[in-house]
Amino acid sequence: MTPNNIVNMAALIGLDAIAVSDHNTVGNVGAVVKAGEKAGVTVIPAMEVETAEEIHVLTLYPSLESAEYAGNEVYKHLPEIKNRSDIFGEQLLMDENDEVIGREEKLLISSTSLSVNMLFDLVKESGGLFIPAHVDRHSYSVLTNLGFIPDDLPIAWIEISKRVTDLDAYFNSRPELRGYRVLRNSDAHYLMDISEREASLSSSVEDIFDFRRKR
Amino acid sequence: MKLSELIKRLDLKLLTKSDFEDREITGGYCGDLLSWVMGKAKPGNVWITIMSNVNIVAVASLTDAACILLSENMNLEREIIEKADEQDVVILRSSKPSYILAAEVFQAVEK
Repeated sequence: MTPNNIVNMAALIGLDAIAVSDHNTVGNVGAVVKAGEKAGVTVIPAMEVETAEEIHVLTLYPSLESAEYAGNEVYKHLPEIKNRSDIFGEQLLMDENDEVIGREEKLLISSTSLSVNMLFDLVKESGGLFIPAHVDRHSYSVLTNLGFIPDDLPIAWIEISKRVTDLDAYFNSRPELRGYRVLRNSDAHYLMDISEREASLSSSVEDIFDFRRKR
Repeated sequence: MKLSELIKRLDLKLLTKSDFEDREITGGYCGDLLSWVMGKAKPGNVWITIMSNVNIVAVASLTDAACILLSENMNLEREIIEKADEQDVVILRSSKPSYILAAEVFQAVEK
């Protein structure tokens, strides 16, 4: 995936907005935002952060600056382990023309030393949205690792993976999740996984950040 | 075996003020994924974990564990210890890894 093939595939499918959320980094977000401007696709700066409890949290930001602020903090909380490209692949940094402009040497797949609560505070401070990712899954999910969502986290949104096809049946099995705003997405790791126009917002992209504290 | 006896024998550090005079130990459970512990730990178990999220207090209380035993000198925020005191949950700590602690608890309880 490159900045341009992502946004052009999104444009071809007819998506109005996408979020780009690499694991523990925003290193390529700026390039995708710029490529998106050319292609006419709104790109929401984002990052999937792995907390100290090995929970994946999707974080969305109202601007590139706020995403970069959070990204810097997350980077500081990654362990000093070098990437082994023979095992994990290369961690390339690209510009808006898909030119490789660098390589991230620190291993990004690690978990950060930020606890869920610390990450929640960081995202809030950045003006972003904190969305526990794929809560229905058995790995890296807040419900698996912590049993339930801690009551001291005023979370508004959760992400339920596309594996759950019957949301109502899922809520019947986890009634305590009713009342959260639910994000559905493709979690595309390859171009072919980018979804059709299936999910929509009833408001503009800017508006989702105004609702962040509301249930 | 009494919990008080185990604390002495394994030289465990007590972090909470909860009372444990009459607590009997029935065995142990090792686990860091709380959804698993909720379904598997038995009443009276010594629950060995490195998880330091506040939810451990609720899980220990829910399963009626005899105590939480934090391995590897895991640090806890003060609020979590306060919550444990409120809910009568005992939290202990050791510098040893979970593997060694499990073996020691097993020896102490099963012998």
